[in-house]
Amino acid sequence: MIQTVEGKGRYGRFGGQYVPETLMGALSELEEAHNSARADSEFIEQLNGYLKDFVGRENPLYFAERLTEAAGGAKIYLKREDLNHTGAHKINNALGQALLAKRMGKRKIVAETGAGQHGVATATACALLGLECVVFMGKEDIRRQELNVFRMELLGARVESVDKGAGTLKDAVNEALRYWVAHVEDTHYILGSALGPHPFPKIVRDFQQVIGHETKRQIVEKEGRLPDAVVACIGGGSNAIGMFHPFVEDENVALYGVEAAGGGVSTGKHAAAIAEAKEGVLHGAYMYVLQDEDGFIQEAHSISAGLDYPAVGPEHCHLHDIGRVHYTSATDAEALEGVQLLAQKEGIIPALESAHAIHFAFDLAQEMQADEILVVCLSGRGDKDVQTVRDALGGGVQ
Amino acid sequence: MRDFSLTASILKRNEEGQSVFIPYMMAGDGGLDVLHERISFLEEAGADAIEIGIPFSDPVADGEVIQEAGSRALKNGVTLRKVMSELQAQLHSIPLMIMTYLNPVLAYGVVEFVEDCELAGVKGLIIPDLPHEERTLLSNALIGKDIALVPLVSLTSSPERIEKIARNAEGFVYAVTVNGITGVRSSFGSDLMDHLTDLKRVAKVPVLAGFGISTQEQVRHFSSIADGVIVGSAIVTAFHEENLEKIQSLIKAGRTTVSQ
Repeated sequence: MIQTVEGKGRYGRFGGQYVPETLMGALSELEEAHNSARADSEFIEQLNGYLKDFVGRENPLYFAERLTEAAGGAKIYLKREDLNHTGAHKINNALGQALLAKRMGKRKIVAETGAGQHGVATATACALLGLECVVFMGKEDIRRQELNVFRMELLGARVESVDKGAGTLKDAVNEALRYWVAHVEDTHYILGSALGPHPFPKIVRDFQQVIGHETKRQIVEKEGRLPDAVVACIGGGSNAIGMFHPFVEDENVALYGVEAAGGGVSTGKHAAAIAEAKEGVLHGAYMYVLQDEDGFIQEAHSISAGLDYPAVGPEHCHLHDIGRVHYTSATDAEALEGVQLLAQKEGIIPALESAHAIHFAFDLAQEMQADEILVVCLSGRGDKDVQTVRDALGGGVQ
Repeated sequence: MRDFSLTASILKRNEEGQSVFIPYMMAGDGGLDVLHERISFLEEAGADAIEIGIPFSDPVADGEVIQEAGSRALKNGVTLRKVMSELQAQLHSIPLMIMTYLNPVLAYGVVEFVEDCELAGVKGLIIPDLPHEERTLLSNALIGKDIALVPLVSLTSSPERIEKIARNAEGFVYAVTVNGITGVRSSFGSDLMDHLTDLKRVAKVPVLAGFGISTQEQVRHFSSIADGVIVGSAIVTAFHEENLEKIQSLIKAGRTTVSQ
């Protein structure tokens, strides 16, 4: 049972600012800096310049012809975030927030990372802008993603191992928050997903909505109309909120978010917080959170480290409640099928995260008509996951 | 402004010319069966109130010492529900406060939790991840109860915020003396004195200093500036090492005459 609270940064009853008092000043400073940056054409121009020449935007909206044929239903388009510099959508937000940090006069950056994609993107943005960078990463994730650790170090970042808890993303966020509390006066925390206390979910959405805006423009150019369905994977939900946000008002566009069901939602070993539907507070926001009956946060389970988080960003929770976005899930096994499907039909190896969306979209397309259009957010490339996929497939392709 | 018995007991000690000492202990560290024994020990050693920490899976405001104590308690299967039922089984005359992260309270159910606090004789709540703006989540259920929702004020709080929080404070103001998490510190920033002085000026309730206070010298120092001190990590460590004399000497150091 929960009372509705009127507070800052609410998405329906979700969101808010459940953080130690020490951070409240920094959050309000960040909110002001973000608002003034949005209104500053020079800042927008600078960001857009980097997005174009450094990140390589706009990236293509690609018609997946053979995948479409194989499904035998709707036309499938892929929004190619995997072609961004550093290989995923994460750079959109990391770069935007690093520019914000500079604007606030903060030269030091702290970030958390799971698989290492956000860590690499943040280390990249910091190298580009000459900022000091420390990245907290779970011990278990460091073991699983050794190369990404070296990649961050190569980019000049310091990687701190977190051996608390299970040594995964949730524990890395805890440690990054503790570090931020202690260094808040000269350090900005670049949170990697549409999570955390207000204004983070809003800022992350702002820097990621370029995905949806480009998609909208591109699909109208190619097809002369909006798509019938849009699909994205959901961990914290940053690529999905970036893709969905510009379409939320377009009621004829069905939106689908795909959570990670791990071994299956019924097994309890998963990361599908919306499917589990338990509400609570984690890392500063009121959300759907995986937890036990005593309110202790549970570990998430997914083959994809990027979706391995026990909650879903507050705006997604609200979009679920009002029924605007349909949330569903794909298991580890389905994601592995998605990887192979896209690799073999289109010559694109997707990130395991994105493969959840691919698998669901392929099924959905089959139920749709040939004159309908479906867009999938291909949030990242799969190079980082090749070893994981190989191990999961027992060393051979099925 | 409502009168809380927590405030009254602090004021009484201050009026006697003495500073207040509130120790923090992690419930269930060493097992729940030593909870009452430790409460009685702290009471007899001269504590004015006791802050009882609840272990949590994700204690973002805590340093190593309290995190580890929390992990030990979690391994012992300790939960907020078990602590509340243990506290109801045997009441103490010393004011007890519960320090817990928000989510276990939400899982418990706010209204039920407040009822159980009353039954357990809990006089104050400290929720480190419930800032001023979000406090109505709990405070609505606390209306008319003798349970103070004690706010924290930090060095990074702006003067306007400090004033707003201090004016609305219940019980006492918990002045966080460092930018950081709980735990032992060797030194404190130079702006701290001004900060505490400002706080005392605007607050209508006593101002207690906490976070990082761990030695007798620090206890004496802060007891002379603030209306009292809260000591956590040093107490937790002493209990863990069964060094009860250290706890007695820390509490004794807190018996410094208040500068008014």
